[in-house]
Amino acid sequence: MNLLQASASPHERTPLRTGHIMGLVLLALLPAAVHGCFSFGLQAMFVLLATTGSAVLFECAARLIFRRPQTILDGSAAVTGLLVGLNLPPTIPVWQAVIGSFAAIVVVKQMFGGLGQNFANPAIVGRIVLMISFPSAMTAWTGAGTDAVSSATPLVSGNAEYWDLFLGNTAGCIGESCAAALLLGGIFLCIWRVITPVIPLSYLGSFALFTWLSGNDPLYQVLSGGLMLGSIFMATDYVTSPITPFGKLIFGIGCGGLTFLLRQFSGYPEGVSFAILLMNLLTPYIDRFTRIKPFGAVTGEKEASNE
Amino acid sequence: MKRLHGIQLPQRKHAEARKIETIPLPKLVRIPMLMHLGTPCTPIVTVGEQVCVGQKIGAPADQNAVPIHASVSGTVRAITEFTNVNGSKVPCVEIESDGLQTLYPGCKAPVLETREQFVQAVRESGCVGLGGAGFPTFRKLNEPQKISMLIVNGAECEPYLTGDSRQIIENSGDILGGIHLVMQFLNIKECKIGIESTRPAALKQLAYAVAAEENITVCPLPPVYPQGAEKVLIYHTSARIVPEDKMPADLGILVMNISTLAFLYQYSRTGIPLVERVVTVDGNAVKKPCNLRVPIGTPQHDLLKYADCNFDKVKKLLSGGPMMGITLYSDELPVLKQQNGLLALTRVSHSEPTACIRCGRCMNACPMRLMPMELSRAYHKKDAEMLRTLRLSLCMNCGCCTYVCPAKRPLAEENQLAKQFLKEVES
Repeated sequence: MNLLQASASPHERTPLRTGHIMGLVLLALLPAAVHGCFSFGLQAMFVLLATTGSAVLFECAARLIFRRPQTILDGSAAVTGLLVGLNLPPTIPVWQAVIGSFAAIVVVKQMFGGLGQNFANPAIVGRIVLMISFPSAMTAWTGAGTDAVSSATPLVSGNAEYWDLFLGNTAGCIGESCAAALLLGGIFLCIWRVITPVIPLSYLGSFALFTWLSGNDPLYQVLSGGLMLGSIFMATDYVTSPITPFGKLIFGIGCGGLTFLLRQFSGYPEGVSFAILLMNLLTPYIDRFTRIKPFGAVTGEKEASNE
Repeated sequence: MKRLHGIQLPQRKHAEARKIETIPLPKLVRIPMLMHLGTPCTPIVTVGEQVCVGQKIGAPADQNAVPIHASVSGTVRAITEFTNVNGSKVPCVEIESDGLQTLYPGCKAPVLETREQFVQAVRESGCVGLGGAGFPTFRKLNEPQKISMLIVNGAECEPYLTGDSRQIIENSGDILGGIHLVMQFLNIKECKIGIESTRPAALKQLAYAVAAEENITVCPLPPVYPQGAEKVLIYHTSARIVPEDKMPADLGILVMNISTLAFLYQYSRTGIPLVERVVTVDGNAVKKPCNLRVPIGTPQHDLLKYADCNFDKVKKLLSGGPMMGITLYSDELPVLKQQNGLLALTRVSHSEPTACIRCGRCMNACPMRLMPMELSRAYHKKDAEMLRTLRLSLCMNCGCCTYVCPAKRPLAEENQLAKQFLKEVES
């Protein structure tokens, strides 16, 4: 008989790996990415390829420089890169887009210790860095299908049809315009149990409620801008959102409220990125106050009353 | 009632349809003097002595231990030192079989009239929980609390294992007899039998057996691992929650394994102590998965040979199931009282852990509603206070968290290390 392996139980593991989860997220983003490429043309495709490719390269280089084991195969860098690209206007110069990937992967993710250690969603920070650094390039919009004709986004113009917003026949970032494609991806993620619908629903629901109460058109506001992309794919990031269902609910409502406030009262037309970033920062605190009670745990108060 | 979390596992009950078989008598048995939770026994035989089946060869060193008996008749060849799988060393009696299986004349059906006599007889039988943990059965029966409910553990939630299912199908009369004994002597009015809903043959047999019983009910359990864990079983059969600082007996509940009960009845009729048990032999290196009745102390090798094992391919040997089983370092190791399965696996699943992505799958799998990722973090920070706040002590090492982790982190193992760490801090 051979030498036998000794190890601690359990001796069986699920085949599911981190890489598979990231692969599922990439698949879920595919409809939005494909729609962006068809809608905005080759330029959009170049932006997506540049951000995704550079994100993977930055991850590889950062791990080499920091002398840590390679992690590009887990797919998380590709997801971040693709999300950065989907959050950019199709007309952005490619070199600027690559800076977004750099900020996301190197500064936010790897400098804080890599996957699982980042305090904020890398793609969100990547977008915010670009928004602050290159405000004009980040707000130069072309309408869908109409080459190089500048037009306002529906969020600013306020005069698009619901149906166009849903199908994405509007101007906007590469991945944010088509609500149908994003919903499809979100449902796919829920079916495969990659995410639970708690954050997207509480985010969209609370935002719609606040908007309705303020006398605005909730459906129009929900369908326009980066809200669908943000609530389904960015706010649900495992690392930077709370872990318990109740925590997720608080997080989603917080995101919805902040997005409403920023859209209504801030100087920016869009509030999704900042809202999610702010809630990312609160996540450790939400986690601390929403711990689940273990089965059969005796709490301090009960003990006191027993005595 | 909300059901506790758990995981869906591939069942792999290949031996379920196979009757319990008896293997050819081993030439030599090695019987270690520790097969229960507690202190080791002292050998009371000498080298060269003739012993019979059922003869006491190890005497308990304190009042919590149970005696150990010879499983074959023959000559004591040697008394050696035996290295347990956990590294501890205990004396071990090696008996060469004479092939006659002569029964020890002292083995007579015990006189059972009072609870004290019953408890004493159970102790003398050397009985331990046959489900795997090896807790001396008499100590459970001897709890001072008033017991109002007997819960019978018929859940065999580990993949591969089928010994208990076979006991139900083949020996339901003995099981019922055991239940009656315990209910009679402990004056218990109610009994529930928990068994997974995915065992139709066993369920049918049980339902048939208890049809005329007013106080015994069969509770089908969800086919989710781990149903056999004590607190999970209690909750899913009786809806009672065992608080962290209490024992089931404090709630008036006694949980017993189904095979243990069958043994108790057989012992009450014959007086033959615990000298054999049923072991499921399976695993992908085994061509003929089977359920074997084997004398305690039989080398694992004999079991594997009977099950037509491809020895060259075996990379891992497990005593027990794949979720909570213990790796064996050699196929020469003897079968112990607690061993319910023997798995010969050709593949070693080893993957380097990667970073935690906080996906929460471990939390959603934990039947005790713990947060394994937070426990792991607290352990790495050596934060004893946080480990206590997160209720580390409730972890029963079922392995669900490690099983589901996509980053392949050894969460359950870390919890056991953390328990050790807490012990060191507290002492």
